[in-house]
Amino acid sequence: MSTAITPARARLSLGPIQYHWAREKIQEFYRSILSTPVDIVYLGETVCSKRRSMRLRDWIEVGEQLQSAGKEVVLSTLALLEANSELGLVRKLCTNGQFAIEANDMSAVQMLAGETEFIGGASLNIYNPRALRKLVGMGLSRWVMPVELSKSVLAGFLAEMPPGIESEVFAWGRLPLAYSARCYTARAHKLPKDACAYCCIDYPDGLMLSTREDESFLVINGIQTQSARVHNLVHELSGPTTGVDIFRISPQSEHTEQVIFLFDQVRSGELGAIAAADELATLADAGLCNGYWHNEAGMASCGAMGGP
Amino acid sequence: MELVCPAGNLPSLKAAVDNGADAVYIGFRDETNARHFAGLNFVDKQIEQCLAYARGHGTKIYVAINTYPQPDNFAKWQRAVDQAAEYDVDALILADIGVMDYAAEKWPELRLHLSVQASATSHDAIRFYAEQFGVKRAVIPRVLSVKQVASLVKNSPIAIEVFGFGSLCVMVEGRCYLSSYVTGQGPNTFGACSPGSFVRWTEADSKLETRLNGVLIDRVEKDENAGYPTICKGRFEVNGETGYAIEEPTSLNTLPILPDLLRVGVAAIKIEGRQRSPAYVAKVTAVLRAAIDSCIRDPENYSPDQTWLEQLTSLSEGAQTTLGAYQREWQ
Repeated sequence: MSTAITPARARLSLGPIQYHWAREKIQEFYRSILSTPVDIVYLGETVCSKRRSMRLRDWIEVGEQLQSAGKEVVLSTLALLEANSELGLVRKLCTNGQFAIEANDMSAVQMLAGETEFIGGASLNIYNPRALRKLVGMGLSRWVMPVELSKSVLAGFLAEMPPGIESEVFAWGRLPLAYSARCYTARAHKLPKDACAYCCIDYPDGLMLSTREDESFLVINGIQTQSARVHNLVHELSGPTTGVDIFRISPQSEHTEQVIFLFDQVRSGELGAIAAADELATLADAGLCNGYWHNEAGMASCGAMGGP
Repeated sequence: MELVCPAGNLPSLKAAVDNGADAVYIGFRDETNARHFAGLNFVDKQIEQCLAYARGHGTKIYVAINTYPQPDNFAKWQRAVDQAAEYDVDALILADIGVMDYAAEKWPELRLHLSVQASATSHDAIRFYAEQFGVKRAVIPRVLSVKQVASLVKNSPIAIEVFGFGSLCVMVEGRCYLSSYVTGQGPNTFGACSPGSFVRWTEADSKLETRLNGVLIDRVEKDENAGYPTICKGRFEVNGETGYAIEEPTSLNTLPILPDLLRVGVAAIKIEGRQRSPAYVAKVTAVLRAAIDSCIRDPENYSPDQTWLEQLTSLSEGAQTTLGAYQREWQ
């Protein structure tokens, strides 16, 4: 008699909104998330501290609503800190006393270590098990794999994984590829960052950067640069387990609910991954990619990706 | 204020030492360092020659082991740390906390510097590395204004090293995946940005095109200079306008603000460019040496000599220089 071990049900998370949206739009967005089958929601501004649509108490309020709807809520910190005032913002988040924190920079780890458990975001650059173990010793309970790493790297981690530590991967969305002191949205408007007029609020899904052959290449999102193609790992929700505990979906201004439902249907077996991918492909104008996961160029598509 | 110069081979090392470097940083000939280029960097006997030359002239040697090992190759980075430690180099420049954890445990007496690839831009982040691994100096990403550098130096528990001249990463170092997105190889894992094996220069319709793994990075008239296809220095279209959407081909040059860097207490100035020629290293080191000496002698009346500026500009990408993020307007 074979003893089939049922792997723990993969969970779906919703990453922080990477773009600059107005407060009402953010609040409306999270109201629409309440009834979706997403398990974990990461909240907060991770890209630019000048974006002040939401104050901490607004995020807490949204978090409480999501928590009442049964979601696990996490507050995410800024990835790039330059000013002391930004350290102050991160410190306020870290001492909120209510929700767990995703540390996206070592400054947040320094504030949280030994105080409370925390989640290590993708920009912490955890590339090997020794780095992970070091942070586990300081209170890390979950890590998000750097976006450029592959499933074989994750497999290498699993062999040396401390017990109880959860692994999360960036499974749907435009990949965060770089951060800079310079704001490229402001640059496109010929404005310096200090007088940016918050122009990124006009681009709820970022600003497309194309090659001179009209190929959609990157997306400018303030000081952040993203991939134009949408990274898609929906196939990993069916088939043999790869050790991913949590699949992260990164919000866009449209269709995020639909993406969550499609991922959930694949997770439950109601819908095949190929059929889901075909539908998901219609939601990504610049196409899909999954190269990083297969140890290729990030922009590459390996295997059946869905779509035409 | 220490002058830290690059060397990718023995002639460059000698050029740096002879022209006034206080310290020279080098790497081993593999992907354990962020200038992993064919034919560059040091192996075995060359390392001994390099140390002998530097020590004979009172110059320090730092070894950069500043890329990120993965589960299947961690041992290679361990060996690099062991090798550098056995040569008794003056400091290691590290980025990965796994490697730092190993170095601090195995070689507790070895001096550690934090690589720019560790992306530490705040005093709290730097405090983390100082407390956990005993790191003694941090090289900071090219993202802070002079005022922010001043505040960082004031609040940091350890010394701060900044970039003074050379190619300009406009993205936070250690967190830029543009190269790996296009080619599969990037600074963190492979030790190179836009590796040469993916670069193609082709002629089309009397224009010269530069491509990185097939992606068109720039297109110039035949008589124009086609730069190296680093993604962040390419020409693209945004909102209907074609241009340098991220940054122009340019090099960082801090000569005009040396007195500010000195006044705020920066401990060391680093020259980028281990991939550069010995002649380049010699010229840039000589100019920076003269400028720093002049600045230290009389910071109030210091102003960069016109010939220094001309020499540096002629060695710069696109024959132009910038203060980069040190100047708020650039941001």
